[in-house]
Amino acid sequence: MTALEQTRNELGEDATDDDVVAIPLRRPWRWISAALVLLLASAFLYSVLTNPNIDFAAIGEFLFDQRILEGVALTLLITLISMLVSTVLAIVIAAMRLSSNPVLSTVAWFYVWVFRGTPLLVQIVLWGYLGLLYEKLALGIPFTAVVFWQVDTNQLITAFVAGLLALTLNQAAYSSEIVRAGMLSVDEGQREAAYSLGMSPLYTFRRVLLPQAMRVIIPPMGNETISMLKNTSLLSVIAVLEIYTQATVISSQNLKQVELLIVASLWYLLMTSVLSIPQYYLERRYGRGTSRALPPTPLQRMRRAFANRRPGVAPAPETKAVSVI
Amino acid sequence: MSIILPVEHSTRTSPIPLVEIRRVRKSFGAHQVLRDVSLAVPAGTVTVLLGPSGSGKSTLLRCINHLETIDGGRIIVDGELIGYRQSGHNAHEMTPRQIARQRRGIGMVFQRFNLFPHMTALENIIEAPIGIAGRPRTQAKTRAKQLLDRVGLADFAAHYPAQLSGGQQQRVAIARALAMDPKLMLFDEPTSALDPELVGDVLDVMRELANDGMTMIVVTHEIGFARGVADQVVFMDGGVVVESGRPEDVLDGPQRQRTRNFLESVR
Repeated sequence: MTALEQTRNELGEDATDDDVVAIPLRRPWRWISAALVLLLASAFLYSVLTNPNIDFAAIGEFLFDQRILEGVALTLLITLISMLVSTVLAIVIAAMRLSSNPVLSTVAWFYVWVFRGTPLLVQIVLWGYLGLLYEKLALGIPFTAVVFWQVDTNQLITAFVAGLLALTLNQAAYSSEIVRAGMLSVDEGQREAAYSLGMSPLYTFRRVLLPQAMRVIIPPMGNETISMLKNTSLLSVIAVLEIYTQATVISSQNLKQVELLIVASLWYLLMTSVLSIPQYYLERRYGRGTSRALPPTPLQRMRRAFANRRPGVAPAPETKAVSVI
Repeated sequence: MSIILPVEHSTRTSPIPLVEIRRVRKSFGAHQVLRDVSLAVPAGTVTVLLGPSGSGKSTLLRCINHLETIDGGRIIVDGELIGYRQSGHNAHEMTPRQIARQRRGIGMVFQRFNLFPHMTALENIIEAPIGIAGRPRTQAKTRAKQLLDRVGLADFAAHYPAQLSGGQQQRVAIARALAMDPKLMLFDEPTSALDPELVGDVLDVMRELANDGMTMIVVTHEIGFARGVADQVVFMDGGVVVESGRPEDVLDGPQRQRTRNFLESVR
């Protein structure tokens, strides 16, 4: 007697009656909780929409105001420049930190220690006050009177430049740790294989190690980019006219603070949503070779879903019980 | 059969040693891994290094292309001191760039394959010829395809390493090393990480390579391969060469008890 037959006999069933329909577990709590969430959400929405203290016309009016749009453009520009420059800087700092040269690795460690250990807001204000610390910036030979080039600090370091410097240098410290973690995730055998083919350390870093580290680096860097976009609002303390500053400037004139904060928030939400798109494609690009098949792009996924829903596709054939024993 | 090798290497059993290892010493901390190891490998011959794990055979192999530094002695490949520039009684380590140049002439195959996972099989093979040796892309590609064909993987050029079996990956790794036209090939336990049924394909490729006259130093536990292909078998234990000679002498009539014990254990 086989084990299957034995089970059937124990259950007291007819051994030939195999045509059983399997029904998934019912989950009533999902419906109940969904209804509850919907109730709470609509209550909140109702309280907002019927609030007489919110001037919805003003939101619509200022959403595409010239100054707000300029603020959006500046926010994007600052995010773009600081992320690009800080990433390059981060790769250099990470390479220094991982280097066998004790001077380089100590300098890199110190850099990260300082810029990660002090608040970004403080750093921004400090860069804004650079003109008070050094009236002139000069290029020359230290400890001598030889000067090749010099400039008035406030002329070179405008609020915009100070803001860029603060965000870039701070971000480089964080990003360098992400890059370093990525580099450490690459198997030591990769370096050996590259060396055995006659590749120099720099070539190995660029062509073999970094592309593999990118897979680990990109998701947290996407996170950092979104943080950066929002952190640009801190530049309002040194009067850089990014979107949040623009919104507060306008609201200080018309006293519609909440409305303008909503306008700024809507733009932040839009920008952060758009930023997750390039991240997906970068992850896909550097994920090559890690799994047997690449995940589909959203476009491919949509096409596939559409193809599946097309009428005329035959449903799966009914399975017939097959005698196994 | 001359697809793989330039003609000048195909003279077998020439008396001039291509690799000369003289009194090499190496320690990891307090642990001495190599104690005055000397060895000569004539051009066009196959040397198999045997020995229990920890005997220093892999370390010796890795010293030959300077993946490990040495503490003393010298390693000469094709008349060139490896990794160091000698002046008087001292040898000064070369810069990474100079060492990289020396390594171009020495191919190496690893136990764990170490293919670049973000590149296809073909890209793995052409990376160094194009980026390091400066060969034209089309020429490098043509040669890579010949090499893939030679290791029986002509249809796998566009596959990523993750899409290949262990045996296939190892054969791509051999092709990758050969693409730089090395005068010497080092194999560090090339079949140890493979499923038993995949070992044969890799050994076949190595056997053909030996028949083509490639100078090879192979660390392996495949006694059958050593018997069939090796010109010289070297048995190492505790960081010294215990016994070396023709395979039939060392494998079938070992003089030392340590060699006999080891051969018993792997049989």
